[in-house]
Amino acid sequence: MNPRGVWAIYRFEMARFGRTFWTSLVVPVITTSLYFIVFGSAIGSRMTEVGGVPYGAFIVPGLILLSMFTESIGNASFGIYMPKWAGTIYEILSAPISPLETVTAYVGAAASKSIIVGCVILATAQIFTATPIAHPLAMAGFLVLMAVTFCLFGFLIGVWAQSFEQLQVIPLLVVYPLTFLGGAFYSIDMLPPFWRTVTLFNPVVYLISGFRWTFFGEGDVSIGASLGALALFLGICLAIVFWMFRTGYRLKS
Amino acid sequence: MTQPDPDTPALAITGLAKTYASGVVALHAVDLVVAKGEIFALLGPNGAGKTTLINAVCGIVTPSGGHAAVFGEDTQRDYRSARRRIGLVPQELHTDAFETVLATVEFSRTLFGKPRDPAFVEKLLRDLTLWDKRDAKIMELSGGMKRRVMIAKALSHEPDLLFLDEPTAGVDVDLRRDMWDMVRGLRERGVTIVLTTHYIEEAEEMADRVGVIAKGRLILVEETATLMKKMGRKTLTLNLSEPLARLPEGLGQWDLALAADGHELVYEFDTQAEATGVPSLLRAMSDLDIGFKDLNTRQSSLEDIFVGLVHDNNVQTAETGS
Repeated sequence: MNPRGVWAIYRFEMARFGRTFWTSLVVPVITTSLYFIVFGSAIGSRMTEVGGVPYGAFIVPGLILLSMFTESIGNASFGIYMPKWAGTIYEILSAPISPLETVTAYVGAAASKSIIVGCVILATAQIFTATPIAHPLAMAGFLVLMAVTFCLFGFLIGVWAQSFEQLQVIPLLVVYPLTFLGGAFYSIDMLPPFWRTVTLFNPVVYLISGFRWTFFGEGDVSIGASLGALALFLGICLAIVFWMFRTGYRLKS
Repeated sequence: MTQPDPDTPALAITGLAKTYASGVVALHAVDLVVAKGEIFALLGPNGAGKTTLINAVCGIVTPSGGHAAVFGEDTQRDYRSARRRIGLVPQELHTDAFETVLATVEFSRTLFGKPRDPAFVEKLLRDLTLWDKRDAKIMELSGGMKRRVMIAKALSHEPDLLFLDEPTAGVDVDLRRDMWDMVRGLRERGVTIVLTTHYIEEAEEMADRVGVIAKGRLILVEETATLMKKMGRKTLTLNLSEPLARLPEGLGQWDLALAADGHELVYEFDTQAEATGVPSLLRAMSDLDIGFKDLNTRQSSLEDIFVGLVHDNNVQTAETGS
C-alpha cells in the first residue's frame, strides 16, 4: 500500500482545481441562475406545477446533475489526459503505486470537486426557490455515487482520448443530449406515449429520476430501477478501468 | 525478512524482450547484470532500444518476455519494493508547466511513498542550484533548469539505482560538467547509475563499464578502458595530386583503398598499435613519387563502430547458426 502516493496525486489534482477555484465556483452559480431565470421564472410562471411540485423546485435535481455530469467528466478526463499529453505520466507509471490506487486518487479528486459544485448549485437554487429534501441522507449518498460514477466515466474517456477533440466529443455529443433529453427539465409523463417509451432507453432518465426521488419522494421510475441503473453504470465503468490498467491500454506500450 | 545479500546486483536482467504492437522488435532477449555501486553506460545509436530497455525495467513499457530484478526484487511481481529503489530521469523534458519547482519535487517524493522531508528537499535543490528558483513555475525555466528539475524529481525519494536516459542530450557545457560531477557524487554515496548516451566521450568519462546496444541487441559489454582500445581506430585520407587507376604494388603491405575515382587514398589504422604505419606509408609514397595535395585523419565515429560491431555480430550469428 502507498497511501502517501495516493494523497500526493489527490493533492496535486486538488491544487490544479484550486488554481481555477473562482471560475470553478462562479461558473456553476451563474449557469444555475440563468437556468432559473429562463426556466424557473419565464417558463415556470406558466407551468406552475409538475406532479404537485412547483416547477422551480422540480428542475433543481436535474440542474444539479446536468452540471455535475459535465464537471465530473471534464475534470476526470482532463486529469488523466494531461499527464498523458504532457508526458508526465511516466512518473505515475514508474511509481510504486497500484492501478487501483492511481484511479482512487484521480477519481477521488475529481469527484470531490464535483460534489462541491453540486452543493454550490443546491445552495444557489435554494436562493431562488425553497426546495424540500425528502431524504437528505439518500440525497447525499446519491450525489456522491453519481459523482464517483461519472468521474470514473470521465477517467475512461481521458485514457481513451488521443486528442483534445476526442476529449470533448463524448461529453458534448452523448452525455449532454442524453441529460437534456433525460428529463432534467420535465417529467417524462409529459411526453406522448411513444416518446415516453423511447426515453426509457435513455440511462440518464433513471439517474435523474432517482435523484429527484430523494428530493420529492417520487420520480418517473421506481427508486429501485434508478439504483439498479446507477449500479450497472458504475459496474461497467469499474470493469473497463480494471481492464485498461491490466492491459495498459493507451497508457503503456 | 531475509538479510539483504551484499552481492545482490543492483540490476539483473534476463531475457528481457519487447515487441511493440506495431510488430517492431525493440529488444531481443537482453541479459545484463549491473553490480551495486557501478556506473554503467548503455551506448547506442538512436532507435537501438536503450530507452525501451530502461522503460521496461521502470514499468513504463510492459515487456513481452523475460525478467528484471532490482536489488533482487522482481520489477513486475514485487513492483512496489523494486520501484521505491529506482529513480528515473527520462530523455524528454516532461514537466508540469504550472507547478512550482518545490511543489513538483515534493510531489515526487511522496508519490514514491516517502514522508515529507523539507531539509532533504532543500539540500537536493541547493545541490542542483535550484533553490533560488524553488517558487518559480516550471514553465518559466530554461531547458537546462528543467532538466535539473527532472533530476531533482528522480532523486527526491533517495533511490539506490538511478536511470539517466540521455542526460546530456541538448545540454550546455556547464550543465554537462555539473551532471558528471553529480553522477560521481552519487556514486560516492553508493548509488548505482545506468545511463544511456550516444556520445562515446561521455561513456569514456563516466562509466566503469559500457554496454553497446544496436537494433535491440546488447552486442557487447566491456570495461570502458578495454572498449576504448578496441574502438580507437582512425582513417587517414590523402587527396592525391594525380589520380591512380589502381593501387601500386609497392604499397601492398598497407591496408589501403582507393576512393573518389582514384583521387583519394584511404588508410585505416589502429591508434593504439605500436606502429600505426602512417610515417612508413608516407615515406613509401614519396619513394614511389606519388604526391598528395592534402590529407586529413578522422576518428572512426560511433556510427562506424556500430556498423562494424553489428556486422561482426551478424556474421557470428550466421556462423553459429549454420
